[in-house]
Amino acid sequence: MNDIAERTLPPLRPERTVTLDAMGAVGDVARPLGPIERLTNITAVRRLAVLIVLAAAWEAYARYIANPLLFPSLTETLEAFWDAAARGPLIDRTLTSLQVLAGGYAAGLALAAIITTVAVSTRVGTDLLSTLTAMFNPLPAIALLPLALLWFGLGAKSLIFVIIHSVLWAVALNTHSGFMSVSPTLRMAGQNCGLRGLSYVALLLVPAAFPSILTGLKIGWAFAWRTLIAAELVFGASSRSGGLGWFIFENRNQLETASVFAGLLTVILIGLVVESVIFRAIENATVRKWGMQS
Amino acid sequence: MDATSQAVAGKALRADGATPLLVVDDVTLQYKTADHLVTATWKVGFEVHAADRYVLLGPSGCGKTTILKAIAGFMAPVAGSITLAGRTIERPGPDRMMVFQEFDQLLPWRTVLGNVLFPLLVNRRLPRAAAVDHARALLAKVNLSRFEDVYPHMLSGGMKQRVAIARALAMEPAVLLMDEPFAALDALTRRKMQEELVALWEEVRFTVIFVTHSIEEALLIGNRILVLSPHPGRVKAELNAGHIGFSDMGTAAFDALQRRIHDLLFTDKIETALEARHERHS
Repeated sequence: MNDIAERTLPPLRPERTVTLDAMGAVGDVARPLGPIERLTNITAVRRLAVLIVLAAAWEAYARYIANPLLFPSLTETLEAFWDAAARGPLIDRTLTSLQVLAGGYAAGLALAAIITTVAVSTRVGTDLLSTLTAMFNPLPAIALLPLALLWFGLGAKSLIFVIIHSVLWAVALNTHSGFMSVSPTLRMAGQNCGLRGLSYVALLLVPAAFPSILTGLKIGWAFAWRTLIAAELVFGASSRSGGLGWFIFENRNQLETASVFAGLLTVILIGLVVESVIFRAIENATVRKWGMQS
Repeated sequence: MDATSQAVAGKALRADGATPLLVVDDVTLQYKTADHLVTATWKVGFEVHAADRYVLLGPSGCGKTTILKAIAGFMAPVAGSITLAGRTIERPGPDRMMVFQEFDQLLPWRTVLGNVLFPLLVNRRLPRAAAVDHARALLAKVNLSRFEDVYPHMLSGGMKQRVAIARALAMEPAVLLMDEPFAALDALTRRKMQEELVALWEEVRFTVIFVTHSIEEALLIGNRILVLSPHPGRVKAELNAGHIGFSDMGTAAFDALQRRIHDLLFTDKIETALEARHERHS
């Protein structure tokens, strides 16, 4: 035992202290990356490359099958898009859709704010919210359209009703779970600073739960946009100015397939702009800047 | 002022010739977990005077953090009373600003300056311009002037705690409550923060109640140390340490007091261990 302990002792080495060299001898501490590496590090550049490849594939395939009635090429679609936007009703239709959407979205958010504020302050409210979201969240908003037509008739009111339904539960659910996951320390720190009641919700819970709220807003938006287009496909001819869904339906009836594609392209474009421009900007100005989301 | 607190204040006046700022009078605290009602402290009593650096020292489970939370107003005592300047504590408030152990006590959506400003603006303590000046002065005191526009997530742990201290001191609280504020820091930073806190006290002379489980920290920071025993928390001893500071480290007096507190806490542990063994055998 003793022998082994003696044998496994590390050798005794001399001590040393070093006077550090000037930084010049070390060379660069940080060096910039090459231009190609920096370019491919930009997400937008990589996404654009994917988009270009997809567009080329579309154009090639459409030219190969050469049947514009079933599958118009990208150039034909873009022509129809330009035509409908410049001379046709596309802009009008889009604006109508967005107007209805904005109304329904705002109303849904307001209701969600009221419900979650009540839910967070009382236990009965929490149970009520949990039960309601469990019931209504899985129910596709579009399934309520027939009922909405019965109650509110053809027109914007019915559309707004189904949009509210698609926004409300997603936002309320995410906001509430965001409130619940605010750390106890942060809650105590807020109360300690003198926050109570509504000021506690507005100045502490809402910003602290903002990552979850933002997720809810994004999900709510996606639900609302899909629901709206789908609902407009079902009706929309009632009022003189139909929406984007109606534009698609109308052109399909007239076998203007390129215009149908142009309508779909518009739906996608608006979805992209809202997702990756508006919501991204909100994210960058809030949760990313605050380090609450990477 | 009700009759009991007057009586307590009177008693203290006779005892040491000064009115205590904060009186914790035989306080029993209980909290509920999912399936237990836990008694955290049992009839704990002590008095804190203005400009005290009062340390609550004890092992985990002695209820020191729970006492601090009760003083902060986050929970009410089951028995006994806590009075600040003669008034019973009922709810959390900015006259008892608290510095927590966790780094996430700062508001991540506000800059360093915004965090220090936050309680000042919420309580409308000062007009905005004056509040900004006041907050800047506090940040200068904790050596963070260069970082006032930075968001908390970009700060190191020690800097976050300094912001929290500045935020608490900005409100000029009657008592500053500190719940193991340096426990999550690395050893070197912790020592630096301890020195800074005492230096800050020399300058501002605030009243602080400081919770720790480190005997050394208690000796370095406190002028009076309440030693608590665990399960439930009871007062074991109340000692003076005002004569001991950073320059006394390694001296016989420092070691003696450290050993004395160590023994107070350690004998207790042996007893509990023996009790536990005894119970298991019977």
